Amino acid sequence: MFQQLLSHYNYWFYALMLVLGLYGMISKGNLVKKLVAMNIFQWAIIFFFLSIGAKRGGDIPILPEHGHMEVTARASEFVNPLPHVLMLTAIVVGVATTGIALALILRIYRRWGSLEEDEIIGRLKENG
Amino acid sequence: MGEQLPALIVATPLLFSFAIYLAGLWRRRLCYPLFLTSLALSAIFSLWLFFRVMIFGPISYPIGGWEPPWGIEYRVDHLSALIIASVATVALLVGLSFRGRVEGETEPSRWSQIYALFSLQLCGLLGMTVTGDVFNLYVLLEIASFSAYAIIAMGERGAEFFAFRYLIFGTIGACCYLLGVGHLYILTGSLNMADLSRLLPPLYPSRALLVGFALLVLGIGIKMAAFPLHTWLPDAYTEAPSSASAFLAPLSTKVASYVFLRILTGIFSPHFSLTSLGDAMGWVALAGAIFASLMALAQQRLRRVLCYLIVSEISFLLMGVASRTADGLRGAVLHLVNDMFMMGCLFTGACAILHQLGREELVALKGLCRKMPLTSAALLLGGLSIIGTPPLCGFFSKWYLVLGAIEARMWHIVIGLLVGSLLNTIVIFRILEKVYLGAGHQHGRLYWDGLPKGMVMGLVIFSLSLILLGVFASEIVAKAIDPWIPL
Repeated sequence: MFQQLLSHYNYWFYALMLVLGLYGMISKGNLVKKLVAMNIFQWAIIFFFLSIGAKRGGDIPILPEHGHMEVTARASEFVNPLPHVLMLTAIVVGVATTGIALALILRIYRRWGSLEEDEIIGRLKENG
Repeated sequence: MGEQLPALIVATPLLFSFAIYLAGLWRRRLCYPLFLTSLALSAIFSLWLFFRVMIFGPISYPIGGWEPPWGIEYRVDHLSALIIASVATVALLVGLSFRGRVEGETEPSRWSQIYALFSLQLCGLLGMTVTGDVFNLYVLLEIASFSAYAIIAMGERGAEFFAFRYLIFGTIGACCYLLGVGHLYILTGSLNMADLSRLLPPLYPSRALLVGFALLVLGIGIKMAAFPLHTWLPDAYTEAPSSASAFLAPLSTKVASYVFLRILTGIFSPHFSLTSLGDAMGWVALAGAIFASLMALAQQRLRRVLCYLIVSEISFLLMGVASRTADGLRGAVLHLVNDMFMMGCLFTGACAILHQLGREELVALKGLCRKMPLTSAALLLGGLSIIGTPPLCGFFSKWYLVLGAIEARMWHIVIGLLVGSLLNTIVIFRILEKVYLGAGHQHGRLYWDGLPKGMVMGLVIFSLSLILLGVFASEIVAKAIDPWIPL
């Protein structure tokens, strides 16, 4: 039981990050904190994908050029590159999300002079 | 060129969105013609693709020549062809009404940006319908969402704040979807939908698969604004610029609903997904239809009313799926298509009203029919179609939905459909009563309602399309939907 807990520590780490991110997005009133929590949430998923591709003692998945005949690589000796490549895209998506969110936060601050959710909602209600 | 169509319908709006932005740096006036060209080309390609699929059957297109399941496959079957054709047509009709409207509500420096974003949005939406790869779908989903966040933030009165909330919500949805994709990938080692549907059946008892399925449904549920995950929608779409809500409201939730149907039937077997979702979906959809209609009754602004109607229409669609019969699914798909046109019609009407009156409170609509008879007629037709009055298209999809529920002997869904429609009737008549019977002080009939020509054209074609879709409903079901029905 304990052994299993330890050997899958990266998955526990990912689950913890996921829950932390979700908690932060729901409970924090400050928009920047929400954004940070959202980033943690996204990174948790990236860790998850990285973990499923990684192998203990796995080699980089590049075959040196040997001609065509000799190469009979065993898949178990290499890290699975596909999840890692997918995560390159996911990182780009994450950066773009953060960029848009920061731009929105700038505009929100310019208009309302605050980044606290309650204050902004209060002022929105005042203005009808 | 015919075999390149699946790639063309995604590439055209994508390339045009860059062209629009760059042209805007040089001559601002060029943006709108370029944007309209992009929409028109997409519509032509989509209709061409639609007829091609209807005649020759499904098309598989390997991107870059990499054979599936290793490469990304674009796959167009009858269902996706139908959705692609409707999305591109509705986008074009909505786009017609943008001249004068977008220019009126955004600063000149933003014109090139907003048109480029609209084109990018269309690229994401069409891509989502055409792709046969679950990870590619995630990327296109995010492309569509990003452009939506940015467009919404251009509105007045705190739109940025609601766009930010939408962003947080949308990101949670997309991340859940990605996590679900991860589960499927661990279990099968594949990302191709057709391949997944072959590999998954032996794994159906697996609990990891069930979690993956739940995450996929949850993620897409947020994007399609299924009750109770709809809370981002009314605020975001009401505060957005009116042109933006006219473009986003009919399309983005519907395309997400299409993805939902695709997950349920294309990746998993319908039997597995519908038994896993079980009766719960029917009850949730029932609660959603009634709740959303009641909320629509309580709203004072036109676009807010319409936003809650979107949520209730999505619930109707889910009820059709929950009935687990062929007729229910037929109704769901037909409702998906009809709803795009109905919402397009109503939101373009709202656009016209905002253009002319500058406000959209229901009180301000009193006696509108004397001043803007054309817009009022469009609202009337759209409204009657939402209620489900024959011969307008809304009637036929609801007919199939009710038939499916009766066939499945799910009486709570039958009652939900009828009560929901009844509540919708009250919502719609609350608007129509003000427009047609309200003793307002709006006199002096305007020449063509005082609207730009494009907007008049959009409204007229939308209204006619509601009738045409109704007249040809059985045709559409027989030719385009029935070949797809998986039950």
